[in-house]
Amino acid sequence: MEARKLIDISMNLPHCALRIEDGSDSVAGPVSATGNGLPRGRALQGGIMECGGAKKKTVKGSDVVIEHVRKSFGEFKALDDVSIDIRKGEFFSLLGPSGCGKTTLLRIIAGFEAPEGGSVLLDGQSVLPLPPDARRVNTVFQNYALFPHLSVFENVAFSLRLKRAPEAIVKARVSDYLALVELQAHASKKPSQLSGGQKQRVAIARALINEPSVLLLDEPLSALDAKLRQHMLIELDSIHDKIGITFIYVTHDQQEALSVSDRIAVMNSGAVLQIGTPQEIYEAPATDFVARFIGETNLYEADVTAVSGERVDLLTAEFGAIVVTATNPPPAGSRISWTIRPEKIRIGHTEPRAARDGINVVSGVVAEPIYSGFQSKFYVDTASGAQLKVIKQHADWSDEGPELAWKDDVWLSFSAEDAYIVEVRR
Amino acid sequence: MKRRPSFSRAVFATTIVFLSMPLLVLVLYSFNESKSGSWTGFSLRWYAQLFLDSPRLWRAFGNSAIVALSSALVATVIGTLGAIAVNWYRFPLRKYLRTITFLPMILPEIIIGVSLLIFFSGIGLRLSLFTVFVAHVSFNLPFVFLLVLARLEEFDASIIEAARDLGASEAQTLVRVIIPVSMPGIVSGFLTAVTLSLEDFVITFFVTGPGATTLPLYVYSAIRFGVSPVINALSVVMIVGTIILTWSSRNVLKYIAAK
Repeated sequence: MEARKLIDISMNLPHCALRIEDGSDSVAGPVSATGNGLPRGRALQGGIMECGGAKKKTVKGSDVVIEHVRKSFGEFKALDDVSIDIRKGEFFSLLGPSGCGKTTLLRIIAGFEAPEGGSVLLDGQSVLPLPPDARRVNTVFQNYALFPHLSVFENVAFSLRLKRAPEAIVKARVSDYLALVELQAHASKKPSQLSGGQKQRVAIARALINEPSVLLLDEPLSALDAKLRQHMLIELDSIHDKIGITFIYVTHDQQEALSVSDRIAVMNSGAVLQIGTPQEIYEAPATDFVARFIGETNLYEADVTAVSGERVDLLTAEFGAIVVTATNPPPAGSRISWTIRPEKIRIGHTEPRAARDGINVVSGVVAEPIYSGFQSKFYVDTASGAQLKVIKQHADWSDEGPELAWKDDVWLSFSAEDAYIVEVRR
Repeated sequence: MKRRPSFSRAVFATTIVFLSMPLLVLVLYSFNESKSGSWTGFSLRWYAQLFLDSPRLWRAFGNSAIVALSSALVATVIGTLGAIAVNWYRFPLRKYLRTITFLPMILPEIIIGVSLLIFFSGIGLRLSLFTVFVAHVSFNLPFVFLLVLARLEEFDASIIEAARDLGASEAQTLVRVIIPVSMPGIVSGFLTAVTLSLEDFVITFFVTGPGATTLPLYVYSAIRFGVSPVINALSVVMIVGTIILTWSSRNVLKYIAAK
């Protein structure tokens, strides 16, 4: 019955800050309730609920510390010295192109693969010696992996049946979790009778009913169509808010990762390139790869000519002298790469007046206008032969004058604060 | 309405006639009064003789039933576990094991019969119903293996990982997921094995010992002294039995698949 209480209360927890001193359940009994009969003390040490105004209502689950994990398949290095700290209750995304090692890392946490080196700690304790069934971790698989011979109800009830839970508890818990994913009406159906989105929800309910302290999601939305994907993403986010445990979400879709994650680790070729909030990753990419992989970008090389504070003067082959910002500016004479996001560039028929210092102005010709409803994208050729991507939101037609067309002469401008130095070459 | 071409109708009719005529003649002659090849009148005397006065035949039938059921059961257990291992586990020589398992299916029966005979005499095993049982297990195995494997290949290995992930031990995964999922393959494998074992003559002929006559062997030895109408009657009984078995097994399979 304790487990039952957990769900009910966790869904109704007030939005207030709550500090848990230790493993005692005097303050937040339901929070400490664990389903697997493992010691509950550890799971809570230092647990602080961060809510004050933030969207998170409860913080539970475990922190996951990945240290120097290595794994190779034959010659191929799937993970090369990967270290990530994932905080309690975080919605953490592992983002990268296919083959970057993100799924391998997830499978190591779940226990389906053993690393060649390094350690994986849940709340400070290594899980590597444990088989998958002994880890307080559950997985939502990419292709759902529902049991074809069992009904939706029995799929969700699977882990309770293994524990030989009494029928009444099974019924109550399963209907709670089916309600969470809004599938009560389909309890008696077979997986083959469900749509893709419904299958995915069964997989989520089945993984959550075990009350894991970490939920692993392996590209759970990749088999769904674009609209449904958007919808499920929002639903996943709200489930995360309700349940409050740590989510580790593997995806190759940067939009997905940006829209739901608390933090993201961008991976490529078995290495972590950058860990940060979606804003940090998008606005201040740490490497050229991250800049190119996340969103659309314009990325160029340049030489640093002068540095004053965070302001850096560059000499570019494409646009002549421009000004950018850097938090850790490299010394003058360095060769660097820098980036400006397409939507941060203003585009128009008339030359902008340099209202203040630190505005870069470039002229060019529209080489390719691409209209897509809410916005237009322009490929603009500059005099030097470089091509810039510019995205213009269609906000207020009255202010914009005639629409920009193919072969139009245009003026581009962007502020130094929006242009960043990404990598220092030398 | 479109008329079917007369050529394809002719092929169809000929095929049906060639397939069913021998059986019809057999059924007809099982009710013939006289022992000779000419029809003399309707009688059930051969059925009476079959059921009331053929102890050796029934002993042979009993042997066949014992061997068929036991060898099919053992072959199903080993074949199923083998298919699961080959399909879902990674181990050295996995691919070779797969090929080797199929060997008895492709090899001519006479070679299997001879090799089994040499093997049994080599290890000093006396020929008996037990050696027949062993031989039948060995040639039934690949069929069960193949049928279960075909079923398993339809499913993603991730359901096993899902079971483990949800807290099932390896044994629980086997019992609660793998076996139920492959049940249609297991049942059809078992039924195939029973059928193959019941009808086998060549291999059984090589490895059988004194007193271990199976039904096909008995029929063969009986026919050497002229076709007895009792055999006709037995054939009719077996045809009816097979039809019932096939029909019910189809329904059983459908039921399992729908469950």
